[in-house]
Amino acid sequence: MLMNVNTNAGTSVSIKDLSLSFGTVNVLKKLDLDIREGEFLVLLGPSGCGKSTLLNCIAGLLDISEGQINIKGKNVTWEEPKNRGIGMVFQSYALYPQMTVEKNLSFGLRVAGVPKPEITKRIARAAEILQIEPLLQRKPSALSGGQRQRVAIGRALVRDVDVFLFDEPLSNLDAKLRSELRVEIKRLHHKLGNTMIYVTHDQIEALTLADRIAVMKGGVVQQLDDPMTIYNKPRNRFVAGFIGSPSMNFISGQLAEKDGKTVFRASDFDIALDRYEADGALTPGREVVLGVRPEHIRIGGEGGDGHDAIVDLDEPMGADSLVWLKVASKPLSVRVESGKRYRPGEQVKVSFNLSMASLFDAKSEERI
Amino acid sequence: MTARRLLFRNLNAKIAALPMIATVLVVFIGCTVWTVVYSFTSSRSLPMLNFVGFDQYTRLFGASRWDVSIKNLAIYGILSLIFSLVVGFILAVFMDQKIRFENAFRTIFLYPFALSHIVTGLVWQWILNPFGIEKVVRDLGFESFSFALLSNRSMAIYAIVIAGLWQGTGLVMALMLAGLRNIDEEIWKAARVDGIPTWKTYVFVIIPMMRPVFITTLVLIATGIVKLYDLVVAMTNGGPGISTEVPAKYVYDFMFGWANLGQGLAASTVMLATVLIILIPWAMLEFGGRKAK
Amino acid sequence: MAEATIIHAAPHAKAEPWGARPRRMFAPATVMVYGVLIVAALYYLLPLYVMVMTSLKGMPEIRLGNIFAPPVEITFEPWVKAWSQACTGLYCEGIRTGFWNSVKITIPSAIISIFIASVNGYALSNWKFRGSEVFFTILLFGAFIPYQVMLYPLVIITRELGIFGSLPGIVLIHTIFGMPILTLLFRNYFASLPPELFKAARVDGAGFWRIFLQIMLPMSLPIFVVGIILQVTGIWNDFLFGVIFAGTQNFPMTVQLNNVVNSVQGVKEYNVNMAATILTGAVPLLIYFFSGRYFVRGIAAGAVKG
Repeated sequence: MLMNVNTNAGTSVSIKDLSLSFGTVNVLKKLDLDIREGEFLVLLGPSGCGKSTLLNCIAGLLDISEGQINIKGKNVTWEEPKNRGIGMVFQSYALYPQMTVEKNLSFGLRVAGVPKPEITKRIARAAEILQIEPLLQRKPSALSGGQRQRVAIGRALVRDVDVFLFDEPLSNLDAKLRSELRVEIKRLHHKLGNTMIYVTHDQIEALTLADRIAVMKGGVVQQLDDPMTIYNKPRNRFVAGFIGSPSMNFISGQLAEKDGKTVFRASDFDIALDRYEADGALTPGREVVLGVRPEHIRIGGEGGDGHDAIVDLDEPMGADSLVWLKVASKPLSVRVESGKRYRPGEQVKVSFNLSMASLFDAKSEERI
Repeated sequence: MTARRLLFRNLNAKIAALPMIATVLVVFIGCTVWTVVYSFTSSRSLPMLNFVGFDQYTRLFGASRWDVSIKNLAIYGILSLIFSLVVGFILAVFMDQKIRFENAFRTIFLYPFALSHIVTGLVWQWILNPFGIEKVVRDLGFESFSFALLSNRSMAIYAIVIAGLWQGTGLVMALMLAGLRNIDEEIWKAARVDGIPTWKTYVFVIIPMMRPVFITTLVLIATGIVKLYDLVVAMTNGGPGISTEVPAKYVYDFMFGWANLGQGLAASTVMLATVLIILIPWAMLEFGGRKAK
Repeated sequence: MAEATIIHAAPHAKAEPWGARPRRMFAPATVMVYGVLIVAALYYLLPLYVMVMTSLKGMPEIRLGNIFAPPVEITFEPWVKAWSQACTGLYCEGIRTGFWNSVKITIPSAIISIFIASVNGYALSNWKFRGSEVFFTILLFGAFIPYQVMLYPLVIITRELGIFGSLPGIVLIHTIFGMPILTLLFRNYFASLPPELFKAARVDGAGFWRIFLQIMLPMSLPIFVVGIILQVTGIWNDFLFGVIFAGTQNFPMTVQLNNVVNSVQGVKEYNVNMAATILTGAVPLLIYFFSGRYFVRGIAAGAVKG
């Protein structure tokens, strides 16, 4: 499914060399991004990384300093938002508070001079898809947060556009509602097949919704890949640390040669790297950082490659537990199945699944 | 015992609130009730409890001077409400267009509010006198130009309106601007994506959203209008003749000038009633509505 | 596979439209916005300009020229005269007596009213007692009652207290009528402070006054500044209370100014009048220009005072 979308469809939104600066502050730096027809792209990053800014630029709500934006093959760089063929959903819902839901949905269409029967038809369709028919005559203040966000999606829906833009649409909702609406948005995407660009700082949303994720930092896309690649093969240390909860373990060390094989050498233990798929050269002596996710470490080593560790703490989390260990006085978190308890001070052996690990250059922080 | 305990609980707070309690009981309630009661007496230079029913009110509404005062207040009130709200809102909208020198403009629009009504009145008296604008325009060659607002019985009240607007519109602008800045930026973004022209966004979305700001401002201006006194004293002292008399001045003159206390008290009671008519619906809207939610 | 879509410096054919939207320097909307604002600003500045110009001219020049013309010959004599010689009805001592009277009225009134209101606001926000909200609500409504309604009874009360027509009398009146807005100001400010602070202090065993003096006061400088600005400008600009309660000896500057300008006898000296007017407006204007941000906050709150 995922691959189908990526390979067969044409380009929906294409961004070339986009830069944005406010005075001397460069918020976005020479961005290039091609979003495929029908793709669900998530812009993910910490606050201040430029993800919302980028979305506002695509929408035409912010004037860019350099570059070009194409939507559906049309250069819309200088177009007003309404002429770009986009609909947008905002974090604060941004419903017009003095109008009923129906008026909220129809206001833009009426102003644009869409004929009445067409308006009625579109509202009926949107209301049906979003199941907000009973709410049409209510005012936003009489709706719950989830209902409001549904109406906000409806307002984008009635515009009958190709591209939907979501600006942190679920951030104002509580955790339970958020996961419910997340599923609904995904279902909506399957149903409509529109291109969707979705900004969030929540990695769970990103991983569950996206066909591809663009991880951003400092106005630059750090990595653009499908969720599994982002998770398993992060391109740099930032992406590795940002994605995943509990977060990845990082161990500093260097590459060395041992018995004719390349190993990772931390202060007083070696880890064989023969199962690691390297992108770059594993030159001995290179300063590196080894990143291993908690679930890719096992307690109770097989054979000889187990390393000595002492249990520091364990945190049962329901479905599984997180055990904090000390390996050569360095902290290390390991995910174990629930039910297994470890006592502080207990001596254990750990082994690393190197095929799922990542090696980063200590200086450039890029994946090796 | 329990009553004593109740009284002494939180005693410090009660001591701290004593001035407020005294003010409320003695001044705001006591004095108001006293005034209403004595407005039904024939008190002249000293308050006396010889009740005469509604005599003072009959006289009041029969007096041409009161009649003029009420009409003047109506003219001043309606014009300053409309103009200060409209002009104040428009200035606020323009100030909200991400303009340069916003602080300079704000300072200029607001400085008259720092000045007293006396100063305001005297400045405008000088500008609007025959040496002022009228002379300047005549010197330009328009010999028959007449702009002697202050010496014209039917126009003098408008001179007071001009001065009052000059002094007070800046505040309305500031309140409106604060209201505009409070509006969620995403509403503007949504309207732009929807393709709503700016003026339509203001009319159909922003102004309805600012209803509470408008109402509060309206109440503030309205209660200020009822108190109109200093400005008139400084600009015209009620003249020419009695053409710019206002109720607050009527009260003052009867109480302290002409030793006709009962009449002054009756007039002030009518002023109180006017304020209540403005205030009560607003309070019910504002606070009653809040409870209902 | 990712390289293709991540930052790459392949040169693009810079087909228009490219980069920022072209913007006209003088778009009609921009011209209108600035045009209206500038015209309005000129209208607002005009009286100040006329005041200053007139005060710097000699009388002959005023009679001949127009009020907008700058002075041909600048003279500061009207200012001197306004300050120390202008006649207020019977006396010809200038408005300096009024200035000092206003100082004598404003300083104690501002200090006392702010002290009472701050303690009261603190009690109302942190030490609510039965009935405190009721009294506070009536207090706020009291701010809307026309002063005329309460004037005469207050004359009787101050006379009975023996302070009618004296400094203590006018100070009491300003304290009373400053109370609603100041109490509101302080109550809301104290209520906006984190309640944990107050709770922690109570757990530590601090009482009413200790919490006020050692916890609340040090955090309340901004609101005190707002309160001071509000009271000083408000009391300085007062006319009605001054003329009734202060007594002839203590007439504040506004009353004296009005007497100077609107006195019937003698030849009208417009330049002196304008100099006196500027002098009277100078104190609140200086406060306004130097306090900027706080002043806006103060009047936004003080608007309730009307």
